[in-house]
Amino acid sequence: MSRVVELRGVSYAYDGGPAVLRDVDLAVEEGEFVAVAGPNGGGKTTLLRILLGLARPTAGTARLFGEPAHRFSRRASLGYLAQRSRLGTDAPATVREVVGAGRLAAGGLLGPLRARERAIVAQAIADVGLEAHADAPLARLSGGQQQRAFIAKALAGEPSLLVLDEPTAGVDPGAQEALARLLERLHRERRVTVVYVSHEFGAVENVVKRLVLVRGGIVFDGPPTELPGAWHDPSHAHA
Amino acid sequence: MLELDFMRMAFAAGSVVGLLAPAVGFFVVQRRMSLIGDGIGHTAFAGVAFGYLVGISPVLTALVAAVGGAVAVEWLRARRGTAGDQALALLFYTGLAAGVVLVSAAGRFDAGLFAFLFGAILTVSSGDLLLVGILGAVGLATVGLLYRALAGIVLDEEGAYVAGVPVAALNVTVAALVGVTVAVSMRIVGILLVAALMVLPVIAASRIARSMRGSFLLALGLGLASVWAGLTVSYYANLAAGGAIVLVAAAFVLAATAGASLRRA
Repeated sequence: MSRVVELRGVSYAYDGGPAVLRDVDLAVEEGEFVAVAGPNGGGKTTLLRILLGLARPTAGTARLFGEPAHRFSRRASLGYLAQRSRLGTDAPATVREVVGAGRLAAGGLLGPLRARERAIVAQAIADVGLEAHADAPLARLSGGQQQRAFIAKALAGEPSLLVLDEPTAGVDPGAQEALARLLERLHRERRVTVVYVSHEFGAVENVVKRLVLVRGGIVFDGPPTELPGAWHDPSHAHA
Repeated sequence: MLELDFMRMAFAAGSVVGLLAPAVGFFVVQRRMSLIGDGIGHTAFAGVAFGYLVGISPVLTALVAAVGGAVAVEWLRARRGTAGDQALALLFYTGLAAGVVLVSAAGRFDAGLFAFLFGAILTVSSGDLLLVGILGAVGLATVGLLYRALAGIVLDEEGAYVAGVPVAALNVTVAALVGVTVAVSMRIVGILLVAALMVLPVIAASRIARSMRGSFLLALGLGLASVWAGLTVSYYANLAAGGAIVLVAAAFVLAATAGASLRRA
C-alpha cells in the first residue's frame, strides 16, 4: 500500500496574516476513505488546496503520490468535485455532457470523444445510477441528482484520488445519506482513495473508517466511533 | 435585393459574423461574462482612433487593441484576483476615454468614424470581405476544435484545473477570440452593438435547447437568421442594418422566453 497524501509540519497564513493552519501532519494511504470535517473558517479549504497542490504551505511539505504536490506531474489521476456554487449547474447541459467533461484531461482536449471515451462516460453515469437521466438537462434534476452527475464527472477521469469539497452542501438530509452510501460503494468497487471534505460529517460518519477534524490544526484523527459524543453531528441520527 | 453587388457582399460578410459572434459569445455568456463584448468594443474604439491618428488601417489597429484588451481582462480576472465586472469596467471606461482623446487629436469626428460606431455593412468592400472571411474561418475552426474543452471549463473550471487541463491558456484563447470577433464584427453591426450579436442569440438558444451542443448550434442558427432577417428588413424598410439585425436578435430572445414559459405551463 502506497502513500497518496503526505503533509508534514504544514502551516499556512494568507499574506502575512495569522496562521489558518498550524503544524499539520496528515497521511492518507492508498484505498482509504477519509472524511475531513471542521467548522467554517477552520482551515479545511486551505488544507484541501495544499493537498491538491493549488497552494504552497508557508512551512512544512506537501506530497502527492510521493511528488511535491505543487509540481505533481500526473494530474489526470486526480478527480475533484468543487463546491456546488462553483459548478456550472445552470448551464444548458445534459448529464452525459457534464460527465463527458470529466474525460478532458485523460482523453485529450481536441475534437469529439472517441468510442472508448464514450463508453467510460456511460459507465460512470451508470455507476451513480443516472442511466435513465443520461440525456436529461441538468437543470431538470434535483440537487442530489446534480451532485451525482458531477461525482460521475470526477469518476470519468478514472482517478486514483477523488477529492470532494462539500459534496452534500445544499442537498436535503435524505439525499446526503444516499450520496454517502453511493460514495462508499464507489470507493469499494473502484478502489479509489477518497478524501471527503465537509463542514458537517453526519452523512458519512457511518461509512468512513477515519475522520479528521480540522480547527486551525488537526484536533481529532481516528475512527468516528472514538469521537467524543458531544462532537457528533446532531443533524443526522444513525441507528 | 441579391442582384445588387453591395447586398451580396453584405450578406456574405454578415453570414460570417452571424456565425462567429454567437460561437464565441456562447462561452462568455455561459461564464456570466456577457458584457465582455461591450468592454472589448470600447477598446476597439480606441484602436480605431489610434489608426486614424497614425494613418494606418483602423481595422488592423482595432484588431490589435481588441485582442490585447480581451487578454488583459482575462489576466486581471485570473491572475490579479480582480472581480470580472471590475476588470470589465476598467477596460470599458479606459478604452472609451482613450478613443475620445485619440479621435479628437486626429480631428476625425466624421462619417468614417460613425461607420465603425454604428456599422456600415452596405459599404463592405471585397478587401473587407476577405479579411472577415479569413478571421472568421480561423475563429470558427478554433472554436470547433476546442469546443469540448471550452464547454468543460464552463461546467467545472476548478475541476478541470485540478486535473491538469490548461485552463489559463484556454481562457486566454477565448479572450483573444472575443477580440477577433469584435474587430471582425464592427463594420457589420458597429462597435456599440457588437456585443449584442455575441450575447442575444446565445440567450435565446439557452432558453429552449435541452443540451449544451443543441444550445450552441441553435445560437449559431439564430445569429445567422438575425443577420439575414435584419439585412432584409433594413433593405426594404430603408433602416440602419446594424440596429435592425440586433432588434431581430432581441425579438428571438423574447420569442424564446415566451416559448419556454408556455412549455413549462
